[in-house]
Amino acid sequence: MFDIVGFIPRAVVQSIPLLYGSTGETITEKAGNLNLGIPGIMYVGGISGVIGAFLYEQSCKGASMNGFLAVAIPMLFCLVGSLLMGLLYCLLTVTLRANQNVTGLAMTTFGVGFGNFFGGSLIKLTGSDMPSITLSQTSLFFSRKLPFAERLGWFGKIFLSYGFLAYLAIVIAFVCAYILKRTRTGLHLRAVGENPATADAAGINITRHKYIATCAGSMIAGLGGLYYVMDYACGIWSNDAFGDRGWLAIALVIFTLWRPNVSVFASILFGGLYILYLFMPTGTNLAVKELYKMLPYVVTILVLIAVSMRRKKENHPPESLGVAYFREDR
Amino acid sequence: MNKSRAPLIHITKRKTMPWYCAWGVRGAAIVAALIACAVVTMFMTGENPIAIYAAMLKGAFGTTRKLWILGQNIAILLCIALALVPAFKMRFWNLGGEGQVLIGGLAAAACMICLGNRLPSGLLIAVMTLASIAAGAVWALIPAVFKAKWGTNETLFTLMMNYVATQLVAYFVIIWESPKGSGKIGIINQTTGIGWLPQIGGQKYLLNILVVAMITVIMYFYMNYSKHGYEISVVGESERTARYVGIKVERVILRTLLLSGAICGVAGLLLVGGTDHTITTTVAGGRGFTAVMVAWLAKFNPVGMVFTSFLIVFLGRGASEITTIFGLNHSYGDILTGIILFFIIGCEFFINYRLNFRKSAGKEAANV
Repeated sequence: MFDIVGFIPRAVVQSIPLLYGSTGETITEKAGNLNLGIPGIMYVGGISGVIGAFLYEQSCKGASMNGFLAVAIPMLFCLVGSLLMGLLYCLLTVTLRANQNVTGLAMTTFGVGFGNFFGGSLIKLTGSDMPSITLSQTSLFFSRKLPFAERLGWFGKIFLSYGFLAYLAIVIAFVCAYILKRTRTGLHLRAVGENPATADAAGINITRHKYIATCAGSMIAGLGGLYYVMDYACGIWSNDAFGDRGWLAIALVIFTLWRPNVSVFASILFGGLYILYLFMPTGTNLAVKELYKMLPYVVTILVLIAVSMRRKKENHPPESLGVAYFREDR
Repeated sequence: MNKSRAPLIHITKRKTMPWYCAWGVRGAAIVAALIACAVVTMFMTGENPIAIYAAMLKGAFGTTRKLWILGQNIAILLCIALALVPAFKMRFWNLGGEGQVLIGGLAAAACMICLGNRLPSGLLIAVMTLASIAAGAVWALIPAVFKAKWGTNETLFTLMMNYVATQLVAYFVIIWESPKGSGKIGIINQTTGIGWLPQIGGQKYLLNILVVAMITVIMYFYMNYSKHGYEISVVGESERTARYVGIKVERVILRTLLLSGAICGVAGLLLVGGTDHTITTTVAGGRGFTAVMVAWLAKFNPVGMVFTSFLIVFLGRGASEITTIFGLNHSYGDILTGIILFFIIGCEFFINYRLNFRKSAGKEAANV
């Protein structure tokens, strides 16, 4: 029998980094910036959190750690790290009007390199035999579950067995969806992404909106990296472990048609597809598992095609996605 | 009196910059980037920058073997970048180079494994070439068909196709793995060497370099002096104009992407048949993405791309030498490449735009 109670929690913990990434990327894209640097930013967010946690764990060696600081310091590091990446992207694409695809790819190269470099250096500092850093003490604070989750059987297992960052991801996604859909700020943001010239004529500050949306998006995406290391991976950083989740997050943005609230459920679906191969009774046939891993991407492609064929206006990517805005252009 | 003040900096678009000025700006950016990299490296290692650059030069040019590896890496990167150029010129963002190379390589490997004992080597190489080219072309054609027919977003489509290709390769790697359970294919036809591309003058990498040099020249003429090249640039500048003058836009998109994918397939063939003689999921090694930057930095000019791919490969090889000498982690090269790319990307602004600073009121009046 398919173990559904075992499957869902694992799909959910897989989904949270994707959810953070896709929420961040959605608001970035809504402002007209196609940030292909998200995979790199998530690496930077993750490693910055690790550096913060590492410094704190080193500073109170032996002494007991303060729970609040153990969570706050890595989070602060993570947010600052990914904010800097967001600012860099904005500086290049908004202020200097560079090509967004190229900038994004360069950021991914840089970010992944940054993560692996500092990861590798920290591993060397600790002098451990394993190619990884273990921050299990900090991780305990991040993955602390609700005390009564254990007692509620399958209900507790499916809904209450996650660390606080998981719930934060869902809250952020719904808040972003609300802001985009229902507030004036969201309307302005969408106007900037659809047609910046019109928005500019209406007195909306294009540069400010693009900067704020992209930086906020980067910080949210960075938290995805933090969640991955601290909660999912139990505080163990090893190089390249984060894998291609960043690209999957970008796929998720398309899959949900730029709606963070849909993304909450879609990310769980993606998370499920991502680990489906572990649950399929393939026996000794390892090769088929590789084909299962293809599923999220194939599904995204199908959605992309279906959306473009239906030609429904509100399902399309933001009109000026990927195009730099220059007021004096015609 | 007019209270509102002019902004401090007013940005205007430049008409055109003479090419020597443009290359001057780019050169300055590279110099600035190298200085920034040296400062960062000094901070990390405490060595003086001259030692660092000496190490980089040694890493790239130090021995004959290193020179050949440099040439080989440049050739492959350039080949993929050349493949992307026609698509980019048409404003079709083909980010699927990685996947197209992988599929091309997979086709070559499939021929080597399945037909290795049935065909003579010469015939097999011909079949491999055709198969790789066809596979790469088909992989690029799929997004192109949907783009041409329904306007499906090609950036995201081609991006996703990379991962489909990766998983497909992973699947076949397990099917063909030898020895069983090792999780990799190993050198194909190691004893017989059937299906290995011939070595010219005993040099393993010379054939690849020659093939890519040929493609570079052909691509230069194709883009600049052929009707197809002209149609591509018209479609890229304005699709409506292209339709108006009677260019069949859909056909141009399909034809160009066939070409783009085919050359990526060749790159896959060169990697699998020419140098590696095996296939892994990382055979392209991110070069599909690096090639995007190579092509863009050279403004899609095939001759300029020789220099930009040289620059990127040189940095990568140099950085890896630094990391071994000074005991840094090998990812350090990615950081340096990233820093240099940021500088070059940023400098394009100063080529395309002019900054006009606010003049003091007195001067303004005098000018008027």
